[in-house]
Amino acid sequence: MKFKKYLTAILAAFGLISCAHVKAYQKSRINDSEMSLSNRHVEKNELNAESYREGSSGANGGKTGGGCGCN
Amino acid sequence: MYLMMAHAFSQAPSPDSAGYKPKKLKLDEVNFVTSYYDQTADKSAVMGGDPGPKGIANVTDFASGLDLTFIGFDHKQRKNTLAMGLGIDYHTAASQAYVDSNGTAKDDGTRIYPTLSWTRENDQKGTSFGLGAYYSAEHGYYHSFGLNGSVSKKNKTNGEFSLKIVGFFDKINMIYPSEFYPVDSVKSAPVTDSIVYRTSASGHTTAYIYRNGQQVGETKSHKQETPTKPRNTFTASLSFSQIINQRMQGSVEMDLVYQTGYLGLPFHRVFYNTGKDTIENLPSQRFKIPIGFRLNYFLGDNIILRSYYRFYADSWGLVSNTFNLEVPVKITPFVSISPFYRLYMQSAARYFAPYKEHSEEEQYFTSNYALASFTSNLLGAGIRLAPPKGILMNGLSVLELRYSHYMQTTDLNANIISLNLTFR
Repeated sequence: MKFKKYLTAILAAFGLISCAHVKAYQKSRINDSEMSLSNRHVEKNELNAESYREGSSGANGGKTGGGCGCN
Repeated sequence: MYLMMAHAFSQAPSPDSAGYKPKKLKLDEVNFVTSYYDQTADKSAVMGGDPGPKGIANVTDFASGLDLTFIGFDHKQRKNTLAMGLGIDYHTAASQAYVDSNGTAKDDGTRIYPTLSWTRENDQKGTSFGLGAYYSAEHGYYHSFGLNGSVSKKNKTNGEFSLKIVGFFDKINMIYPSEFYPVDSVKSAPVTDSIVYRTSASGHTTAYIYRNGQQVGETKSHKQETPTKPRNTFTASLSFSQIINQRMQGSVEMDLVYQTGYLGLPFHRVFYNTGKDTIENLPSQRFKIPIGFRLNYFLGDNIILRSYYRFYADSWGLVSNTFNLEVPVKITPFVSISPFYRLYMQSAARYFAPYKEHSEEEQYFTSNYALASFTSNLLGAGIRLAPPKGILMNGLSVLELRYSHYMQTTDLNANIISLNLTFR
């Protein structure tokens, strides 16, 4: 199944990336606000519109279903 | 999966040697987001995917939200965060007018949704715990109540596990298209005369009786409570994030979603291949599994690569893949421009068929194009200003402006422009 191939490839990529020891004073780039692993505040309504117009949602910090008058 | 991803040396926790006093909750940040959305489309679900003029699905939406964040520290040096939010949307939807078969129903609406959450973080233990509540209502159509709880734990190798449990408890007002309402005391009229039904958003139907083109009477249905049906959604969200090196960090998030109850919408028509219309009928259960991956990389001194991929599958047979890439470019340390692109590909739910392609023998059926097979593209750009001394007004720390254009192969096109103001 294609999904299993994609998932295996992504997990293998994560496994091959060895995590370096990063001290607090070395995190200047990591701590940049645009390096955040979450959606921007300004994207909020755009994400809502996508969940209303598309059949899938979730895994992005946004809605997964319910809480609205939509499917 | 954890063994593969976490290769690192343990870090010694930093000792806390400073004297400490608790701090009361104080307003830390105010976020205001406002957006304008404008859509052109056809084949509306209200008209069963009709590709003709009655299937118009143009939408405008003006959405604004205000979030206040209060932060304080208790006597055990635990950080307490109280967040309050209020959102309000006003929309117009051309298809909503066709809840009346004559296209004269109310075509606009307002939604209000307050939120409240509290989180306690313990930096010494690297743990956090949170609770939240949510309410949403659109007059005449639905109201919803939500609760959530979350926990997280940081490990010694710059990784963090999180678990969030969410429940939404919706009540859908069963407002049917006008032709499906029985109206009392309306007698059958001669062939040359007609009866026009008009249904209000409250589900109150009036039959206007015409004779020789002139209105001669009207009959209203008995005022009664619009019945409601429940829809409940339960989600468990698991996530893991990891700093990989000084320039790269990534995360994986998986949701397990279970929905039960009335999962269609009562004003979504379906036209059979015989021409007869009915209301969409969908199963009363739905399981969803989306899995998302993020990888952010700081390239050189001025460019950041923000990438995202999501795989989604559910028990209705719908499968999708989402790819997203955003590239913030720092013009100065405090100004960045971010072009972005998103590709979305979806296969149809097994209960979907276009206008007049369902047969009357089917048990479940819908012509809502949100459940059809299609591809969409989203592209646009944003600008972010965050100078250290603020912008213009006192306290305005960040200003973001973002524009995007959205296109579906179902002939839906939309533009959205958003503004975010952050005050600290």
